[in-house]
Amino acid sequence: MSMDRSVLFNIGLLLALLLVVLALPEYHQGNFARIMVLACFACAYNISFGYTGLLSLGHAMFFSAGLYGVGLTVQLLEFPSEIGFLFGIVCGLVLAVAVGLLALRTTGVSFMIVTLMFSQAFFLTVLLFGEFTRGDEGFVISQDKRTFLGIDLSSDDTRLIVSWVLISLCVLGCQVVVRSRLGKVLVAIRENEERTQMLGFNVFRAKLSALAISGAMAALAGGAYSLLFGYVGATFASVQYSIFPLLWVLLGGTGTLIGPLIGTALMFYLIDISSEFTTAYMLVAGIVLVLLTLYVPEGIVGTIRRRLAPWIQ
Amino acid sequence: MPLLEAHGLIKSFGGLRATDTVDLAVEPGTVHALIGPNGAGKSTLVNLLSGRILPDAGRIVLQGQDISKAPAYRRVQMGIAYTFQITSVFPNMTIEANVELAAMARHKARDAMAQAVDHALETVGLSDRRQQLAGDLAYGHQRLLEIALGIVQKPSLLILDEPTQGLGDAEVQWFVDLLKSLRSETTLLLIEHNMDVVMAVADTITVLQFGRVLASGDPESIQSNAAVQSAYLGG
Amino acid sequence: MELGPHILLALLESAVSTAVLALTAIGLALVFGIMRVVNVAHGEFFMLGAVLAWWITDQLTAFSPAVGFAVALVLSPLLVGAIAYASDRIVINRVDYDPERTIVATVGLLYIFQQISLMTFGPDARPVEPPFNTRLAIPWLEITEQGWAVYWPWGLSITSYKLAVIAISIVLLIGVWLVLSKTRYGLIMRATQQDKDIAQAFGIRIERVYGLVFAAGGALAAMGAVLIVPIQQAHYLMGGDPLLLSFIVVILGGLGSLSGTLVAAAIIGLSNGMIAVFFSPTLAKILATLLVALVLIWRPAGLFTRSSR
Repeated sequence: MSMDRSVLFNIGLLLALLLVVLALPEYHQGNFARIMVLACFACAYNISFGYTGLLSLGHAMFFSAGLYGVGLTVQLLEFPSEIGFLFGIVCGLVLAVAVGLLALRTTGVSFMIVTLMFSQAFFLTVLLFGEFTRGDEGFVISQDKRTFLGIDLSSDDTRLIVSWVLISLCVLGCQVVVRSRLGKVLVAIRENEERTQMLGFNVFRAKLSALAISGAMAALAGGAYSLLFGYVGATFASVQYSIFPLLWVLLGGTGTLIGPLIGTALMFYLIDISSEFTTAYMLVAGIVLVLLTLYVPEGIVGTIRRRLAPWIQ
Repeated sequence: MPLLEAHGLIKSFGGLRATDTVDLAVEPGTVHALIGPNGAGKSTLVNLLSGRILPDAGRIVLQGQDISKAPAYRRVQMGIAYTFQITSVFPNMTIEANVELAAMARHKARDAMAQAVDHALETVGLSDRRQQLAGDLAYGHQRLLEIALGIVQKPSLLILDEPTQGLGDAEVQWFVDLLKSLRSETTLLLIEHNMDVVMAVADTITVLQFGRVLASGDPESIQSNAAVQSAYLGG
Repeated sequence: MELGPHILLALLESAVSTAVLALTAIGLALVFGIMRVVNVAHGEFFMLGAVLAWWITDQLTAFSPAVGFAVALVLSPLLVGAIAYASDRIVINRVDYDPERTIVATVGLLYIFQQISLMTFGPDARPVEPPFNTRLAIPWLEITEQGWAVYWPWGLSITSYKLAVIAISIVLLIGVWLVLSKTRYGLIMRATQQDKDIAQAFGIRIERVYGLVFAAGGALAAMGAVLIVPIQQAHYLMGGDPLLLSFIVVILGGLGSLSGTLVAAAIIGLSNGMIAVFFSPTLAKILATLLVALVLIWRPAGLFTRSSR
């Protein structure tokens, strides 16, 4: 990848983020550890939605495939965390390919509903096997199992650094994808699928690749979440966690590399602040979703890109 | 050997046979025009050839290879480029990015790609507008971009679906010259309403009516064909 | 209880939820059929209908339960219809009924309605007293030494209210059918569905039709909810299940086909109820969701339509 303005911009932002989070008070450091891992999920969603135009309402299943793939193997089967982590990513990848092979036969609204239904079936399956998954209540991964390559993931400081490393890898990884031949085809599909096909590109395979990368990255975020925060629960498989990445990406800016991180952070704090005043904190999510659709369809970074800095990727 | 052959192609929609046992042979290095009144089945036939829809029966052969079952994108990779009747470009990308994308499917090497892009843009006369957004172009220029997307793939067969539709007289003349210059590069299958354009560029003409081939031959024989005159030219 | 009476009881109970499901799903199908948009907030119109029914009856405790219920049955769907109308004007109309943006916007509306209900009425489940509730025992046949004999198995009974729910639903559904097929409004709606440009050319105000259709869809869901609330209680999270089931019914029935929707509602409502009674409700839902996904992939026109489009 050539080191041009856009790459340097992203690296600069990520370094600045590191400095800021290191200087934050402890409470906000805890928040940011979560934000950065969830932002990896948002980056994953952005590959399929933002760059390819595949509006999935079922990404919770990929995130939780990683979450449960890691959680169940590490906690119940006592896999070493490294093996469990890889297993979790493979779970997300395999699930994404399987879902893609079926769901990508449809487009638009049908694709949204099919992914929603598959994800709902996954969620219900988690509940059905409550004996192992402990359903809504969830289970905790014991602290001794949460070392990774000799690093204790349960301490606050390492957690912060590890989640920063993860989001950096995801943002820059997305940049590699976006600049690749595949990435150009994905954007072409988003802009004009029929034309892309009639230029000789295998559109189905490209979309399947996008979904596979997206699913694997979402599972990576889910797997990391389970090891870093030591909790696995069915909430993460519910519809809400399919809506969240959509919300984060829409807010930050669809089809921008840094937008998902910004959207995740803003939404996290909006909900965090409003939950101090009311139990109905999801009201904010609803209002933001409606306002974005009506007035700012390109999101924050997307709007900045259009008005000020067209070189942002 | 013909470049592209169709044998007994049939396609029905509901009860209507849009393509009814059509045989067609496009000879390499020629301009082959497909004409016929509205609803004669020109678009359906072209969609069958390019693979956007699959026939109910019949065979399509490209350079001796049966491609009847090949998906559209495979046929493009095998050398059938297609330009849309209703302009279909990437409006949010620059002209250069549009053409590069089209070149990417065909050329792997960076140099060959850049060369093909330059050549295509020069041929259609859009070299000085490379950085303009495709969506901002005037209609006539978008039609040219469509053709550039086709040429840059260095196809063995370029299908042009009504390229002059909606253009002014001066632009049409420009297009006739462009089509003539393309003859040296590739074989053209031209669907066209404007008979002046057809007579000026075509080597062979196939006339369709009610989904069937009414007549096929060189321009003179078609012009003097009584059936064609009563069905189409005279009407 | 023996198996025979047990099945009859499960069937009767399922028939009640099926009737309500049919009303709710017809609302969703109407909106999809005419406006070509999917309303993800449909379940929240159901929830609002139920919660408002509780609130209305709660204001009218001075009167008999029947009066309160009767007022709720009229007023709650009207209020929800007004809310739906406003949603169409303020939000959905402004995204130009773009299918994908409408879904995202109605997901937003879903949370807005759900959370406002939580803030206004609280997190508790609220009961509504049924207007009448006589328990009716149901006879069963058995073979005795003297031949067939009628007896009254213990536990085999249904309330008069539940039977009334089935009856009222059928009347309402016939009403919807009459409006759509016999009145000028129905004609206008069908014209809009066929071709909105031509309809517009004939002077039909499309935007107004869309607003009213959206309101009618919401009101139908609310009617179903008012009917069920004396049996199930009102709660701010109750919109999820009716949404999912209506989705399933509308998709299996063939998107936009009203008769298909009714057939699907009957099949899904009854089988869902039966599987839930005899097996696991979760398993029933897993099977139903997977079925929907597969139908959309391989038979997008629905299971109960004769020819694919």
